Amino acid sequence: MSLKLSKKPAVAGHVERKAQETRGDKVVAGVSHTMLSLWSLMVLVPLAWTLMSSFKTTKEIFASPFALPKVWQFQNYVNAWNTAGIGSYFLNTVIVVGCALVIVMVLGAMCAYVLARYVFPGSKAVYYLMLAGLTFPIFLAIVPLFFILKNIGLLNTLPGLIIVYVAFALPFTVFFLFSFFKALPHEIGEAAAIDGAGEWRTFFQVMLPMAKPGLASVAIFNFLGLWNQYLIPVAINADHSHWVLSQGIAAFAGQQGYAVDFGSLFAAAIIVVVPVLVAYIIFQRQLQGSVSAGTMK
Amino acid sequence: MTQVTNKVQSGSGVPAAARRRRKKLTFDKVSFMVVFLGLPLAIYLVFVISPFVQAVYYSMTSWGGFNNNMPFIGFDNYVKLFNDDIFMISVRNSITLAIFLPVITVILSLILATLVTIGGSSRGQIKGLKGAGFYRIISFFPYVIPAVVIGVIWAQIYDPSAGLLNGILTTIGLDGFASYPWLGDPRTAMIASMVVIVWGFVGFYMILFIAAIKGIPAETFEAARIDGAGRFRTAITITIPLIRDNIQTAYVYMGILALDAFVYMSVLNSTGGPANSTLVMSQKLFSTAFQKGQFGLACAMGVVLAAITLIFSALVFLVNRLTGGSKDVSE
Repeated sequence: MSLKLSKKPAVAGHVERKAQETRGDKVVAGVSHTMLSLWSLMVLVPLAWTLMSSFKTTKEIFASPFALPKVWQFQNYVNAWNTAGIGSYFLNTVIVVGCALVIVMVLGAMCAYVLARYVFPGSKAVYYLMLAGLTFPIFLAIVPLFFILKNIGLLNTLPGLIIVYVAFALPFTVFFLFSFFKALPHEIGEAAAIDGAGEWRTFFQVMLPMAKPGLASVAIFNFLGLWNQYLIPVAINADHSHWVLSQGIAAFAGQQGYAVDFGSLFAAAIIVVVPVLVAYIIFQRQLQGSVSAGTMK
Repeated sequence: MTQVTNKVQSGSGVPAAARRRRKKLTFDKVSFMVVFLGLPLAIYLVFVISPFVQAVYYSMTSWGGFNNNMPFIGFDNYVKLFNDDIFMISVRNSITLAIFLPVITVILSLILATLVTIGGSSRGQIKGLKGAGFYRIISFFPYVIPAVVIGVIWAQIYDPSAGLLNGILTTIGLDGFASYPWLGDPRTAMIASMVVIVWGFVGFYMILFIAAIKGIPAETFEAARIDGAGRFRTAITITIPLIRDNIQTAYVYMGILALDAFVYMSVLNSTGGPANSTLVMSQKLFSTAFQKGQFGLACAMGVVLAAITLIFSALVFLVNRLTGGSKDVSE
């Protein structure tokens, strides 16, 4: 690669105090910018095209992939929201993901706290059990899961979906927070105990607030993971009125033939993407920080 | 909650010398352990661990599902699977994905991460490329987009007549592609599908590698520079060995994802593609269970999938260990 070019000019240059750009630097920077810009275009063009197409009529979409819409069809969004049912799927998704997120964060933090800070017989076993949940594919569990929910009467219901989301997000949450609670100094727990705080109080008033940065990172990842979940709802949430967004949009796109209102399909895609993209842009600093935290062992 | 704890705690006036080691079992402590450990663990055992165990048992029955009649047939399901041509095609497709996707994704994201981190000036302080923040934010976009939506968008991009790809290709003069069905031709369906998955994940691993590279102390790079190593040399002999563990983690994650690939494959080509060229194990499992109702057989497929996943992870760890991983890295 052209990166090698930088070597010679950098060595040949005379001694300078100021960090001046050599010719090699400029070449490297130029090549880097070109490649990264190309990749950025690869990412942005499909998204921009989706946005543009969401304002076109189906006829216009078939006429030319590039032409701008003659009339901007905001109607597409209304159709997607009402006719295609994206509105009600959106509501279901918010309910399910919201409840599951709160529950899994509380339960996961509690479990991680106990595993990280108490020694009791079997604590190692519990830890490895969690590891197993992270390693095995969900597909192995999906058939029995279907019948477990059926037997307890939660199949095709929102509470059933919530509890399964909680169960499958739990191992990741526990793992991530485990290292966080482990790192908190023991003196803090002792100080709380000396001040007369019981176990419950120590956790909720001392430990939990201290683990806030870790909790925020895990919450963001869990939010993305659950919002984007597809397999679990498709398998155990077949009831049309309880569908979540991912199911709804897949079904919308899967209608065979030319009956699909493509403009509304693109609009639906935009409706699904915008909340997560906005959340990402708001939290992007935190998220990128936690990507690095998550890889440390 | 907190009021109860105070009372119980203060009621323990027994001289503690005798049982210094043994902690008292107060109500506070017992209730705490039961709720904090018992509740999450119960949910986890019922909804995650027990299905895994049950699946292994069901895989040895010819269970049709909706009655309790589960004739035990031992390993017959597995024999049946290995004689099922279509299932074997799906196994081959899944393994193809597991071989190519991690390699392509990891290499591409490593290159991009390297460009961002060492593209800066070779004088003065070690620093990254100008505008790196912008590239980072943009690259990460696909990761936050739901997989289903990625599939839907790309299915439209690949559309033979109205799609973006053929539109671009015909505009630059390649008229042969005017109505080429990327997802409908067995020769390109698999490659086209792989491109979609790579598109979705390169940004995520790029961010991961950037974070790892930034974790390397600047002195290391300065020392390499003083010794006369150029950027390319630094990337190959300094950066990559030092972030080896991150690369291994990324490789395993990506492989596990490739062995699943259900969302992408089923949205891009819901029935397995032309001549089953994009049919993967997870799709086959899903249709066997929820369309045909052959639950025993589907569970056997799940066991095969889990076995392949474990073998894959073990292989990656083994190769990394054998090639000297995590030895020449000073933590």
